[in-house]
Amino acid sequence: MNSFDQSALLLTILVPLAGAVLSMFLPRNRPNDAWYFAIFVSAITLIISVVLFVGYDFAAGGYQFIRIYEWLDEPLNIDLHLAMDGIAATLVLLNGIVLFGAVLISQTIKHRTRDFFVLLLALGSGVFGVFVVQDLFFLFFFYELAVLPMYLLIGVWGSSTIFEADRQRLWGIPLPFDLGSYNRPKEYGAMKLMLVLVGGSVLIWVGILALYVASDQAGSPTFSMVALGELAKNGAFSPTFQNWVFPLFMIGFGVLAGLWPFHTWSPDGHVAAPTGVSMLHAGVLMKLGAFGIIRVGMVLLPEGAEAWMPVLIVLGTVNVVYGAISAMSQRDLKYIIGYSSVSHMGYVIMGIATLHPVGLTGAVLQMFSHGIMTALMFAMVGAIYERTHVRDITILNGLMKRMGFASFFFAIAGLASLGLPGLSGFVAEFMVFTGAFKTYLPLAVLAVIGAALTAIYILRLLARTFFGEADPRWEGLTDASPVEKTVGAAFVLILLFVGIWPAPFTRVINVGVDSVMSLF
Amino acid sequence: MSTENLTANLYLLTPEFVLAGFALLVFVLDLFMPDERKDLLGWLSVLGLIGIAILSIAMLVGVDESLYNGLLAVDEYALFFKVFFIGIGVFIILSSIDYVRQHLNHPGEFYGLLLFSILGMNLMAMSRELLTAYISLELLSFSLYVMVAYALGSPRSNEASLKYIIVGSVSSAILLYGISMVYSTLGVTRFGDISEELKAATDVSPALWAGLALIVAGLGFKLAAVPFHMWAPDVYEGAPLPVTAYLAIASKAAAFALVIRLLAEAFVPVADRWDQWQIILVVLAALSMLVGNLVALAQRNLKRLMAYSSVGHVGYILAGVAVLSTDSLLGANGVIFYLVGYSVTSMVVFAALIAFFNATGQEEIADLAGLADRQPFLAMAIAIGLFSLSGLPIFVGFTMKFYLFTAVANEGFLWVAGLAILTSLISLYYYLQVIRQMYIQPALAASNEGDDHGSHVDAEDEAGGSGDNEDDHTHTPAHHDPASDYVALPRPSAALIAVVFLGLVATVGLGVYPAPLLELVESASAAVMQGG
Repeated sequence: MNSFDQSALLLTILVPLAGAVLSMFLPRNRPNDAWYFAIFVSAITLIISVVLFVGYDFAAGGYQFIRIYEWLDEPLNIDLHLAMDGIAATLVLLNGIVLFGAVLISQTIKHRTRDFFVLLLALGSGVFGVFVVQDLFFLFFFYELAVLPMYLLIGVWGSSTIFEADRQRLWGIPLPFDLGSYNRPKEYGAMKLMLVLVGGSVLIWVGILALYVASDQAGSPTFSMVALGELAKNGAFSPTFQNWVFPLFMIGFGVLAGLWPFHTWSPDGHVAAPTGVSMLHAGVLMKLGAFGIIRVGMVLLPEGAEAWMPVLIVLGTVNVVYGAISAMSQRDLKYIIGYSSVSHMGYVIMGIATLHPVGLTGAVLQMFSHGIMTALMFAMVGAIYERTHVRDITILNGLMKRMGFASFFFAIAGLASLGLPGLSGFVAEFMVFTGAFKTYLPLAVLAVIGAALTAIYILRLLARTFFGEADPRWEGLTDASPVEKTVGAAFVLILLFVGIWPAPFTRVINVGVDSVMSLF
Repeated sequence: MSTENLTANLYLLTPEFVLAGFALLVFVLDLFMPDERKDLLGWLSVLGLIGIAILSIAMLVGVDESLYNGLLAVDEYALFFKVFFIGIGVFIILSSIDYVRQHLNHPGEFYGLLLFSILGMNLMAMSRELLTAYISLELLSFSLYVMVAYALGSPRSNEASLKYIIVGSVSSAILLYGISMVYSTLGVTRFGDISEELKAATDVSPALWAGLALIVAGLGFKLAAVPFHMWAPDVYEGAPLPVTAYLAIASKAAAFALVIRLLAEAFVPVADRWDQWQIILVVLAALSMLVGNLVALAQRNLKRLMAYSSVGHVGYILAGVAVLSTDSLLGANGVIFYLVGYSVTSMVVFAALIAFFNATGQEEIADLAGLADRQPFLAMAIAIGLFSLSGLPIFVGFTMKFYLFTAVANEGFLWVAGLAILTSLISLYYYLQVIRQMYIQPALAASNEGDDHGSHVDAEDEAGGSGDNEDDHTHTPAHHDPASDYVALPRPSAALIAVVFLGLVATVGLGVYPAPLLELVESASAAVMQGG
């Protein structure tokens, strides 16, 4: 066990990366082999991440599983410093679960299968890396590694969206003009996602360099987040410096978190992506952004954070309300979930911006809960699209009769997302609201209204698409495959577990949150 | 004292003498070699270069001396670049053997000239005096003039060569004029003496500034830094592909090797008094980044794309050169590391493009459509190379940019680092366009175009024309058989695959674990930064 402790965090990064490299040598024309191998690799990472989460000693708190590997010495001084706190532990677990689910769901990828899993596993490795490193160079290294495969994953295996139906009516209301049919090719979504995300990382990179220069002026140039954190505590970074550098991180990471008004890549990207990639991206990758704001922005630049949080919480509230309203006006099933993700990431951002322990804990729990629920939704939509080749909710009707399991799983995820008590979303959103009510009352009220809007679009979707009258067109539809049922059932159980008994999660998150909040 | 020094340690030049002799030997052997055996000259050159590299390492590790009374330096810095240039030469020759056989005449002279140009580059890394530097630079340039024109029958190659000669000689004249003005005002040409004079000078005449400006302009032409870059795209496009690769990789690295030593020994030691050159270089750097990357967006030809992209990379390196300082090796390390990483990555891309051209005779971006299906290995190599050039991990492009930009930011030029990062984002867009062609566009689209579009025919004519021989080597079978043209491409030769594979290993290896290389880089930069 001891030697496992020593190398566990490194394994989370190396296992998927090695899996990706080894996959390259699999035969090209045997898609199932690549799939089996990817399942094997992601099962190992799932086990490691569960063991890490369970093995995290929340009574002791702080950073655990610490391991430092020297990488570059003078004059740049970069170490691969691995460590995990309560927040990271939760997100590592999330990534382990969603990566495994995404690999399972990707059974349907039959074209260049091997390449697909190479990229998917590389992406998973990058995400693990961001969560467990304590060095800005490596944080950024893995952050970019997580973004890099997205272009090909979406561009090669994604799907284009074409609206052919007449666009003269919106929700049954006649429009004074014809919106016409329009086409969103997958290349568009892929390129937009890639450029916007890398554009965000431009700001992050500049911020990292600014921190390095500031630490150099303070006498000890370093990229180590531990050392930088010490410098920040000792007041080495002036308030003016913090005030201009924090927004770089806030917006840079915020782009990936879907922060309004930089969120537009997210629906387009998620819609164009293949199912497994949408799951990982909406489920885990967007959390990297929120995680970055906490880990880099708040910990290293506490005064800047304090100054900018009022702005961030306003943006977060806009996220909630704007995302919900946008979701209401979509007809494409995936766009609805895409905008719903934007809306739900708004709660995460709000929770962070409250700078209140309960709000921040809620934000992290919401990251976990939303990660699972949105992955589940994308998985089930993928199953539906696979069979119907339609995602237009005006055409899809009464799926419950034909695809009972898929519809049931989707319905649970939908109910979790609108905050039904007993499911994970309720606990998380409740904590975020509590934090917000104590700090920014008017915005909290708006956010609650946003939650009500969520209820409207989710319930309408459920009523019409899943529980409505069965359309004879969907007569011959088959229900979810065994693999899809497995993933669906497992994710639903997790949603229930967190909803009924959140303590195993909140107590781990709490220790992480407390150490962050001690800076304020 | 001085006469003794002139010849006492002449043996230190053994690798250069051997290289010169070896180049002549290749020329002579060419006369006796039957035409169909001339590939052997390429292999012989590779073996010779490897031998010379080993000889240099065996002889010169740890040596730090000056030759000819301070005209040439034999130190760790020179040794590093010597081995580096020879390595580039080896890879360029390996990747051009097929191309030379298929498309060019007179292979013997091609390899001979290449060897002479490597000699020129080695001397550039060693020279610590303005005229010596100039002569070494001319040795490189003259070899390149001929090599650019090597596709005899091709009008584009000839046009490119003419442009290159004219622009090249004008820039040489400018450089020489600058040198003469510096000499007329300071009375010295050795780098070390220049810094002594500058240190002692209370006031400098405008003529010195004019002279330095002319030197900057002359070297700027050689580097293809904006605004002296106009020749680059045309010359890159017209030159035979391996020569384009050589221009983009080796001649740039050599010019930078010279510039670094010039600055490190002549200007950095007096930087606290005369730091104006920093601003000039930073402005050139910023312009190069912006113009190179923005204009690259509009390119449709792969060679032109790589030309503009290399202008952008010159901008990044120049920014690093501007922040060389005696206090910290960060800048020097960053620049040298970047040169190595850029060369390795570009080598991968160019070798893969050469393989693609050998099989198809095409060089437009659109021609790459469906390459991921037609020849997956090449597509992967190009994609990894381009991702690396745009600065994404786990490739060396990320690590080298991070290192270099940190150095730039740390010397007080955070805005330049920011601009560099922003232009890297721009470069990602055009690199992704190439990747999109290979991975997302189906090969079928190319087949439809191929039946009636002009560029296909042009490319074919040119392949025939540039080869300038009527035998069937010029046309690969894929060319005349539409069916095989759009299914799989023929496998590239073992030499090309080896080059691409080794390049990929280095691209990833240096990206995830650069420490061993950086130790060597550091010994090189330490040698040059304290040499003044």
